[in-house]
Parts: sequence; C-alpha cells; structure tokens
Amino acid sequence: MNWSAIAAIYRFEMARFFRTLAQSFLSPVLSTSLYFVVFGTAIGSRIQEVEGVSYGAFIVPGLIMLSVVMLAISNASFGIYFPKFLGTIYELLSAPVNFIEIVIGYVGAAATKSLFVGLVILVTATFFVDIRIEHPFAMAAFLILSCLSFSLLGFIVGIWASNFEQISLVPQLVVTPLIFLGGTFYSISMLPPVWQTITLFNPVVYLISGFRWSFYGLADVPIGFSLLAILVFTGTCLAVIGWIFKTGWRIRS
Amino acid sequence: MTTILSIRDLRKSYADGFEALKGVSLDIEQGEILALLGPNGAGKTTLISTVCGITTPTSGTVTVGGHDIQTEFRAARRMIGLVPQEIALEPFEKVWNTVRFSRGLFGYGSDNARIEEILRKLSLWDKRKNAIKELSGGMKRRVLIAKALAHEPRVLFLDEPTAGVDVELRKDMWEIVAELKKAGVTIILTTHYIEEAEAIADRVGVIDKGELRLVQDKNTLMAQMGKKQIEVMLADPIQAIPDSLAVHNLTLNGNGDALVYTYDTQADRTGITTLLNDVAQAGLVLRDVQTRQSSLEEIFVNLVSGEPA
Repeated sequence: MNWSAIAAIYRFEMARFFRTLAQSFLSPVLSTSLYFVVFGTAIGSRIQEVEGVSYGAFIVPGLIMLSVVMLAISNASFGIYFPKFLGTIYELLSAPVNFIEIVIGYVGAAATKSLFVGLVILVTATFFVDIRIEHPFAMAAFLILSCLSFSLLGFIVGIWASNFEQISLVPQLVVTPLIFLGGTFYSISMLPPVWQTITLFNPVVYLISGFRWSFYGLADVPIGFSLLAILVFTGTCLAVIGWIFKTGWRIRS
Repeated sequence: MTTILSIRDLRKSYADGFEALKGVSLDIEQGEILALLGPNGAGKTTLISTVCGITTPTSGTVTVGGHDIQTEFRAARRMIGLVPQEIALEPFEKVWNTVRFSRGLFGYGSDNARIEEILRKLSLWDKRKNAIKELSGGMKRRVLIAKALAHEPRVLFLDEPTAGVDVELRKDMWEIVAELKKAGVTIILTTHYIEEAEAIADRVGVIDKGELRLVQDKNTLMAQMGKKQIEVMLADPIQAIPDSLAVHNLTLNGNGDALVYTYDTQADRTGITTLLNDVAQAGLVLRDVQTRQSSLEEIFVNLVSGEPA
C-alpha cells in the first residue's frame, strides 16, 4: 500500500475543508437551528410525543442523517470531480497508486468531513432538546457507516458526472426525496398501512430507523435489517467503484 | 549508454476505431534529451500519456528502468515525472502544499529540504505561500515542473513546455532543461518549435499520424541542414560545365543558365571565393547569385508530407 499517497490525498482534501471552516461549521448549525424552529416548534407543538419521545428529540437522528448523507455525497463527488474538471487528475492517474488507495484517500476525507458535521449537529441539537443515546456504540457505528457508504456513492457520482449540474442531480432528485420520505420527520407507524408497505422499499428507512434505535430504542424495522441494509449498500458501492477502476470508465481512455 | 525507456510496438486504438499510435518502437538512453516533433494530432501526447499511465495501451510494451508500465506500474511510475501541456492546477492551493502533495502521491514523505531545493531551483521559493491563482502563467508552468520533479524522477516528460509562452520564458525553460540534464535526468519533450529541438535536444524524433517517421541524432540532422547551395546564374546559357570548373562540385540546371554549387557551411573553407574566381576565368558572365538552405523545418515538412527531404 502506498500510505504516503493516501495521506497526501486525505490531507489535500481536508485542507479544502479547513480553508472554509467557518462555512463548514456555521452552515449545519444554522440549518439545524432552522429545522428545530420550523419542525420542532411549529409542528412539534401539535405533535406532542412520538412513542414516548418528544417530537423535537425524535427528529434529531433524522436531521443528523439528512445532513450527513447530503454532505457525504456532495463532498466526495466534488472531491473527485474537481480534479477531473481542472485536469489535475492526470497526476493521480500517472502516480504509483491503485484504486483502493485513491478511494481511501478521497472517501476517507469526505466521510471525515460529514462525520464532523454530524457531530456538530448533534451538539447543536442538545441546545434545543433533551437527547439520550441508549446505544452509543451502535450510534457511532451507524453514523460512521453512513458517512462512509454515502461518500462512496458520492465518489461514484463524481466519476459519473460530466458537469457541475450532474453533481447536484443525484442528491437533489434522488437522495433528498428518499430522505424526506424515509421517516426523517415522522414514524412510519403514522402512515396509512399501504404507505407503510411502500415505504419499506426506501433504503433510507432502514438507515434512519437503525440510527434512531441507537438513540431511543425506537425502530420502524428490526435493527438487524438496518445493519444488513447499510452493509449491502456499502458493498454495492464498493463493487461499482471496483468496476469503474477496472474498466477505466470515465477516467482513463 | 544504458537504455532507460524502451517502447516496443506500442499501439493505441480508440473505441471509434481511430488509431492514435500505430506500432511505435523507440529506445531512449539514460541522460539524453529527445525532442518529439510532429503536427497537431500526430500522436505525441498519446504516446506520452500511454507511457505515463493516463491512457491504456491497446498492445505493445513499455519498460522504464526495466520495469513494465503495466505489471510493475508502481516501480515504473516512480521513475517518471510528467509536465502536462495544459496548465492543470488547483487554483486555491498554495505552491508549497501542491508540491508536497505530488511528492506524497508518489510515495515519498514530506521532505522539506528537498521541496525547498526544488522551489529555489525553479525560482518559486518566494511564491511558496501564494495560492496558485495568484501566479502568472509562466510561474504556473514552473509549478507544474516543480510538481513533476517533487519525487525526483529519472525520466521527465515535458509535453509542449513552451507552447504559448513568451520568448524570455522559453529561454528560461531551456535553461531549466539543461540543468536537469546536467543532474542526469532523461528528458523527452514534445514541441512544435523546431528551433526548440535544435537548441536543447540530443536526438530528434518525428512522429506523424501515429507513426515514428524518424529518430536521428540532432547533429546528424544539423549536418544535413548545414548543406547549403549557391546558384550562380549565367548571363548566357551553356551546354556543359567547362573543364576548368570540374574540380568544383557543380551541377548545371536544365536550362543551362545556372550552375548549382553544394557546400558545407560548417566546413573550414566553403570554396566560394575560388569558385567565383574560376567562373570568371572560364569567361562566364554572372547575372545573379542566390543561396538556398534546406532547413530542419523543410526536412520535417517533407517527412510528414511523405515527400523526400
């Protein structure tokens, strides 16, 4: 393994994050605060509790997932698309690195950034509502796995994209609807029975359900399913990336 | 001399059927400077990209320092540095960081002394804390060279290093190349400028339509170019060259009204004075005298158009 290359890519990507630290920090704090004001206060005043948890506290895991997933995708896609756009990818392709090292560097950095933002949101949320974490290790595992798997997805999007518009296409047109319809702001049990069944085809449901279980012990689907879902998703992303580098799709002519 | 880069029957075809390289074979000796000349779309950049790993070859082999670029890609690529044709740099990154990044990418730890040495050599030391976007075009080209040298390559590819740069910077580049050669780096550069090849190359290769048409020692080419012709136009046409002029290397043109004398400009004596004296003594009256030189450019143009030089 070319560890120096992994460290170089990771450090280079993190430097971009630190150059805009204020935005990186302030943006999630502000958006989380807005969600609490709108959903927690305005809507929450009409929904007292969900399965014994205050509505404000109930939406915290979903809010964290919402930001983490979106940021993981945008960070990772931008991270690999930018060298393609600038032409600096020539250096990556002519360096003694293999695809595993490139992925670890870029995806590792994107996952770190989104993990940082997830933790910032968690801390911000404690100023608004009382949060308890019943399964801290499971919480950490779900958070890290989500950061990693969606960074992998973002990496694929970045390789696929041939312009900046396409980079925002997947997060906006695919991921945002899945997250909003995936139980971020409600429990699936609140839905009519037909929709409860349809919702089970949304993979994000398993993610948010598992993550919320780690906080309050509440789950829409069994925790084992949640874990399996995220592992299958991660494995699928890895397989796609492996194919991309093997064939040189959209990278190497 | 030791061969450091060996290319054997290298071919590259694209999905649309276009053949960018049609079986290129070339050996490059350690420490030499090879200039690859060729028109746009000749395959110069494809050749470089394939050796460097950016493009996958369709067939053929390339070894760098004895390492195959595909089966031993790590060892092979560590020996190669590439300065691309386009200025491709992250605009917001600082000069120091981007050079350190390149060094890391090639598997070397951050050696501050080494990076400082490279930046000083390329007159970038004062700019080390500047963001790339703040630099002039010439400085950006230097940054590209610094990045390519960060891992101390033994073979350096310069893809049109002076395309679109002013005369002063071009001279600077030539000096940098000369210094690198002194340090033992093998250099392969592509260029459109024949004077660039003349100024810095040891050997010149001409590539056209994906084929290597010629690889020759520059001095041999220069000698060819050094041949000059003088045309002595006569007032009255003659049937044959007079016997008194037989000692000179003369030919008579078709109309019989001009004598063509071929000589070597690099020889100690050109023999022009003697010739002109002898012509006058033979009783021939001169109407005009013209000189003609076949340039490297002419040789190059003739080569790529398929006509004899």
